[in-house]
Amino acid sequence: MTMKRTIGLGCAMLGAIGLISAADAAEQITFVSQGGAYQQAQTVAILDPSAKKLGITINQDSIPDAWPAIKTQVGSGKPIWDVVDTPTGNCLRGGEQGLIEKLDFSKIPNGAAMPEAYRSPYSVSYEFYSSVLSYSLKTFPKDAPNSWADFWDVKKFPGRRALRNHPFATLEAALMADGVAPDKLYPLDVDRAFKKLEEIKPHITVWWTSGAQSAQLLNDGEVDMEMAWNGRVSAVAKEGAKIAFTYNQGILQSTSLCILKGAPNLATAVRFLNEAVDPVHQANLPLHIDYGPGNPKAFETGVIKPERAAQLPSEPANAAKQALMSYAWWSSPAGEAAEKRWASFMQK
Amino acid sequence: MLALVSPALLVILALIVLPVGWLAWQSIYHDGFTVENYRRVFTEDVYWRSFALTFEISLAVTVIALLLGYPVAYLANSVPKGWSILILSLVVLPFWTSVLVRAYAWLVLLQRSGVINQFLRYLDVISEPLALVHNTFGTVVATVHILLPFMVLPLYATMQKIPNDLMQAGASLGASPSLTFFRVFLPLSLPGVLAGCTMVFVLCLGFYITPELLGGGRTVMVSMLVSRNVELYNQFGAASAVAVVLLLSVLAIFFVVSRFISLDRVLGQK
Repeated sequence: MTMKRTIGLGCAMLGAIGLISAADAAEQITFVSQGGAYQQAQTVAILDPSAKKLGITINQDSIPDAWPAIKTQVGSGKPIWDVVDTPTGNCLRGGEQGLIEKLDFSKIPNGAAMPEAYRSPYSVSYEFYSSVLSYSLKTFPKDAPNSWADFWDVKKFPGRRALRNHPFATLEAALMADGVAPDKLYPLDVDRAFKKLEEIKPHITVWWTSGAQSAQLLNDGEVDMEMAWNGRVSAVAKEGAKIAFTYNQGILQSTSLCILKGAPNLATAVRFLNEAVDPVHQANLPLHIDYGPGNPKAFETGVIKPERAAQLPSEPANAAKQALMSYAWWSSPAGEAAEKRWASFMQK
Repeated sequence: MLALVSPALLVILALIVLPVGWLAWQSIYHDGFTVENYRRVFTEDVYWRSFALTFEISLAVTVIALLLGYPVAYLANSVPKGWSILILSLVVLPFWTSVLVRAYAWLVLLQRSGVINQFLRYLDVISEPLALVHNTFGTVVATVHILLPFMVLPLYATMQKIPNDLMQAGASLGASPSLTFFRVFLPLSLPGVLAGCTMVFVLCLGFYITPELLGGGRTVMVSMLVSRNVELYNQFGAASAVAVVLLLSVLAIFFVVSRFISLDRVLGQK
């Protein structure tokens, strides 16, 4: 896929060169996301239609973790990227550290119309995914675990377990297992969360690091239940794996769009940002991949059929069962301290 | 001669010496001089645990690679040329497969529903699958597999240079084959042993992919600390301090080894 994309990119760049000579430097931006099926879905649903509507060229790049690259590019004083699709926390701390442009929402009407929880001075929500409790249907044909309390209950639900090797969502799950309500999580009681995690730690077979790994673990029967991203679980389930998940007590997470400080094509980037969160483009995204639109107005466009909406993490009824991750808390000093504490927790 | 070498020297300078120097600089300079990055490495027990684990794993991998590699090199050395080429090709062949692919292959073999567990259950040797992967064991197995050529090749090169006459002389004086081996061949092959062990040990210290994929999240080797520190502290200094400490440990090992044998030999020159 990367190969295909690179060739595609090469063609796009050749095309761009042709355009420049023909039409005197058509406007263009460089857009960066995380690659794979996810970036391909965006290309069809959002990027190509936006490029066409605005009459611009969108060059694409991809990277699994954009943060170090944002730091080095802006640090060098000459960034080559314009718009980045990255976990919302990166946009927030990037904004605080002067690596990300502050947005002028008067030029981004689509973003300005989104509820406040869906944007920040530096970013707008782009898409939603969820860290959910998933399980093997072979091990649990009925009476499957349905909450983090069940996940922690090794007597009632025997079986091998996996969690993500990262504090994001894992601390939230621990607190919910300890009885904290999904809407009362923040600020996180970090001590309480780690204490609860110590309880389950001996029963965790694998602490996974990549989404692909989490899917493989459940698919191959390495574990009987785990925390995983909803899109990964449903993708494997669609191919026939006997696995399922629940949105109950899922942790709703998002990536956002933000613009690098000193981006080479700032004005065009702002225009693109507005277009990318247009409700109709946004509504098209879940037709190609199991992630929810970042703009909740997408659900009012009629593009997403009700039965499809019911499968998406950010659909209002599903969202109501979940906890909305607070990236503001995670990028606060307390959140960063919790992230560092995770390292020593894992190695004890 | 200098003219011929200088392009290579320039490449080394530009691609190795400068970046490493820059990294080392980052570890002590961030908005002013700081020892914070090193203070952390030497005071927080997370680092100590990772360094200890890394050395333990490297030691285990080296010993196992030696035990597996020595007989292979010995065999390759004692059979006719055609056969030895075949044996060495088999040793080198995995080099052409990506480390990533080999690590995943081990996952397929070792996991709960993997080939080995299924076979053992079919034979009724075990009733519950063994935990062969997602732990230190799986990491060591895959790392040995990947590093084995670095043990076999220096061993073979050294054994090639042991004159066969010496063994015949031993035999003609009435020594049994095992006595000639232990009294003549083995001591003469020791430089190769040391060379192979140094290579494997040092390479293993910096391993990243196998512990990451097969370690189950608990096997945190030093290289993983490096990448984790970039994410955790958002600056390269925190990571490069770890890298610098690892680099210095490697140099220390080379220094100690060089007291016993010439480094040229470790690097395969003689």
